[in-house]
This record gives sequence, structure tokens and C-alpha cells, in this order.
Amino acid sequence: MATISDYIGKSARANVEQALERARQHESHHAFLAYTENRALERADRVDAGEISGPLAGVPFVVKDNYLTFGAPTTAASKILEPFQAPLQATVIEKLEAAGAICVGKTNLDAFAHGGSTENSAYGPTKNAVDESKVAGGSSGGSAVATALDIVPFALGSDTGGSIRQPASFNGVIGVKPTYGMTSRYGVVAMASSTDVMGCFTHTAEDAELVLSVMAGKDARDMTTLEDYFTPATSAPQSLRIGLISDFMTDDVDADVREVTSIYADSLRAAGHTVENVNIPSAKYTLAMYYIIVPAEISSNLARYDGIRYGKRSSEAKSLEEVYGKSRDEGFVTENKRRIMIGSFVLSSGFFDAYYQKAQKARTLLINEFNALFEKYDILLCPVSPTPAFGFGENTADPIKMYLSDAMTVAASLAGIPAMSVPAGTSKDGLPIGVQLMAQRKQDALLLSLAKSMEGKS
Amino acid sequence: MTQISRDDVVHLATLSNLQLEESEIESLRADIEKILEYVEQLNELDTEGLEPTYQVTDLENVWRDDSPKEDAADREALLALAPEAQNNSVKVPKVL
Repeated sequence: MATISDYIGKSARANVEQALERARQHESHHAFLAYTENRALERADRVDAGEISGPLAGVPFVVKDNYLTFGAPTTAASKILEPFQAPLQATVIEKLEAAGAICVGKTNLDAFAHGGSTENSAYGPTKNAVDESKVAGGSSGGSAVATALDIVPFALGSDTGGSIRQPASFNGVIGVKPTYGMTSRYGVVAMASSTDVMGCFTHTAEDAELVLSVMAGKDARDMTTLEDYFTPATSAPQSLRIGLISDFMTDDVDADVREVTSIYADSLRAAGHTVENVNIPSAKYTLAMYYIIVPAEISSNLARYDGIRYGKRSSEAKSLEEVYGKSRDEGFVTENKRRIMIGSFVLSSGFFDAYYQKAQKARTLLINEFNALFEKYDILLCPVSPTPAFGFGENTADPIKMYLSDAMTVAASLAGIPAMSVPAGTSKDGLPIGVQLMAQRKQDALLLSLAKSMEGKS
Repeated sequence: MTQISRDDVVHLATLSNLQLEESEIESLRADIEKILEYVEQLNELDTEGLEPTYQVTDLENVWRDDSPKEDAADREALLALAPEAQNNSVKVPKVL
């Protein structure tokens, strides 16, 4: 697998052409919704002419199609945004471009990032990088697969409840969700504003450090961003106190997943760290909190798709009411509608206190439990998802079954803490399995340096 | 457990500005009921005396000047995104 340094100092045009050629060789995986070929080649020639330089000069990357970018439509894998040509680019895209990186394509996702398998894309699912009969995971499935197939050394995803970490685990690559507020959300199609985080897929922790150091920092256009605090560590962390979350190692979790996690814990011990079992009493309720809070925010954020200002209007619509109602019914997939309607329910008068307020109070409880653990432990360890990649259609009939795939990732999202998926082993059937590392808010550098120090040791 | 009726689904669809096809209603009803049943397990948690958490940044009242940005998208580019535009305006069907 080629890392970022393998691309540095080479012809940018050759890098871009190679990435596009590899993408075309792997079209059966359906990782891409569009290539940004013309713009990419144009930018490559400018890099080669010395007009653009920077730490990522000439390095090709791909981006989940919910990031507003030039060079191709931004659809969020939905029909309602099918014709949408972004009038501006996401802040993090601008930053990566300023550092010389070149976007070569837009990757597939569950429509509006609602899902855990990329099966909710309005344009068809993405196939797993290792086994085409399995799902890519999601919602950032296309970006995970494009990285795993060595098409590009890094890819961007968004993580609202596990949408970077879970597909990273399913495809055997690194996936990082930074601390909420470390990276700008501006110019990315909003899902749940209080947990949406922009992050990346890479082959090595060092590459993630490099990409995230370019992405990080305050953005005047995103009021939730923090002053840039992210500085990659220069040495390997010593004698860390690590808590293994027992609540996520129960019999409900696939035996191969538990075994890979236990072996990783042993490797951490062998590297001089202490690993102890810990409990998060509210852990088993995190999915319930998530599926109240996130649909509430979705119902509000997706109100903007009205068939009037941008996007697609229903050809059936005659009255204004029909423009809204029919454009939205035709333009959203079923999972979008489920979430919007659940959100409308939990926010409606009579139910607001019992559902929405209750969930936000439970969120405080979860954060208190995390804070107490981080008094004693530097890092928390657990699986990423209860199973390795599953088959197509296996979880689509029952929304709760699909949601359970996020059961171990949503906690970090609700608490706003950094978390990452690190490739750690395979199942008996040869499917990749990652482990999840979490740290206290703003401890992103510690998290990445631990992952880096463990590469090749597990 | 909260029972969700067909009428409830129609009402939620109205609140959500979704004109559902008749064929979508029953499966959405069953799914919504199942999801609400699942999330209701939160009632087992004691949250007495806890303040709700709406955001996790610890930031408060971030202000900025209310002035146009020089590099903002221009009017024509934005109008070009609208399904229908006329006379420098976005067009909608007759309202009154």
C-alpha cells in the first residue's frame, strides 16, 4: 500500500493519472459517484509547473460526496441533490488544496450519510474492498474502499455516529474521527450538527497526522471550531493507562471481533502499557440516545431541501405545497424519511420532554462517565462494530438491526471525543476487523501517536 | 409502549413536509413504532437532576460582524442553482 510519502516529489500528473486508472480498474466496487478528472489534471499541471506547492503537493485524494467540491456535482448520494453544482468548496477541501493535494473523485455514501452500509445510496451500494459479496460499511463506504484498494493514499469522510470508523474497520484501513470542533464542518452537507465531524481514512497513523494537521483549525464560517491545538507527537507514548470497555465485549459481540480486540490489548501490554477492564454504565443506552438526538437534528437540517432554492423539484408538483412535499418524497430515500419523521416526533409538543430532553440529559450522564474514566485512563479501547462486514440485504429489512452496527461508535460521537479505528486483524473468513481507540477531548495527538507506535506490533 | 397509528404517520409526514405515497405509509408506521420502542429503553436511566447537553464545544456566544464576505458565492451562481428563476429571483408556483 502506497503512503503519502510515496507520492511526494513525483509528477503530479502521473499521480493523478495513476489514481484514476486504478479507480477505473476497480469500478465493480462502485466506490465512486464521479471523477473530478478535468479539474484534477488541471491542478496537477499547476503543481508540476510549481504554481502550487505545500506539504501535500501532487498527492491525490478522494472525498465523500457530501463535501461541497468543484469539478463534479455534490449529491450526498441523494436524488434531491442530483443536479447540485456546489457554488463554493468546503473549508477543509480549500485547506487541502492550498497544501497542494488534488481531489480526483467523489465517493459513494448512504444518502445524506444516513446508514451503516452504503446500501442507502440512491445510486446503488458500494462493495467491500476485500470481499465483494459484503458491504463496504458506512456511511463513508466509498472513501474507505477507495483507500483500501490503494487508489489514493487518503480519503475524506464524515463521522456523525461511526461513519468513518465502521467502514474503516470493515475494509482494513485507518479511520479517524477527531475531537468535535477540531476540523471545520463548513461546506459539508449537514446531518446532525452537534455530532458531525470531518475526518480521514489513511493507511498509516502518520499519514492521518499529516492530513489532519492540514485540516485542523478555527474557521470563521463554523462557529463550533476550536483554535488549532493539534500538533502530532514527536515520540511514542510510554506506559499509558488504557481501559478496555467491558460493556462492548459481551456475548452479543462476534467472537472473532472480541478475539482481535483481546489480542490488541495483549499487544498494548507487551508494549509496556497497562490495560484494565472498565465499565461505562450508560454504554448500552447510547444507541437509544443517538437515535433520538440525531434524527431531531436531521429533521431540522434537512428542512432546507425544498425543491425551490437548489436541487431537484418534482415534475409532478403544481402547487407550492406539492413542490415541497413531492420533491422531498421523491428526493429522499426511505431511511432519510424515517429519520426526518422520528425527528419530527421527538421534537413535537407533548413528546419533547419525554424523548428529546431525556436523551440530552442521558448524554450528560454519558459524558460524566467518560470524564470520570479519563481521570484514571489515558485511552479507552473497544471494538469498532459488533461484527465484521455483513452481506448485502442482511440488515436492510430491520432498521434496528442496521442501527446496532453503530452501537459502539455513537458514544464517542455524543461525547465529542476523538476516536479512531485501527486495523487489528481478520475474521476466520478473512474479513478485516479494526479496534477502536478513544481519548479525552483534544487528545487527538496522543490517540494517533499510540496508534502509530503500535503499527506492526499487533 | 407508544403505538403509532396510520394517522400519526400522516401527521408526522405533514410536519415533515413529505407527501408520502400511499404504499409507503404502512412500512414507515411499523418502522417508526419499532424505533420508538427501542429508544424508550432510555426510561430505565435515572437522569434526575442532570442538565441536558445540547453541544459539546464548551464555547459560548461566538460573535462575528454581520458583514458580507468578499469571497462569498455570487448572486448569479446561486440563482443558477434554483430549479426555476426569473428576473433575478427564485420562482415558486403562485401562492395566493
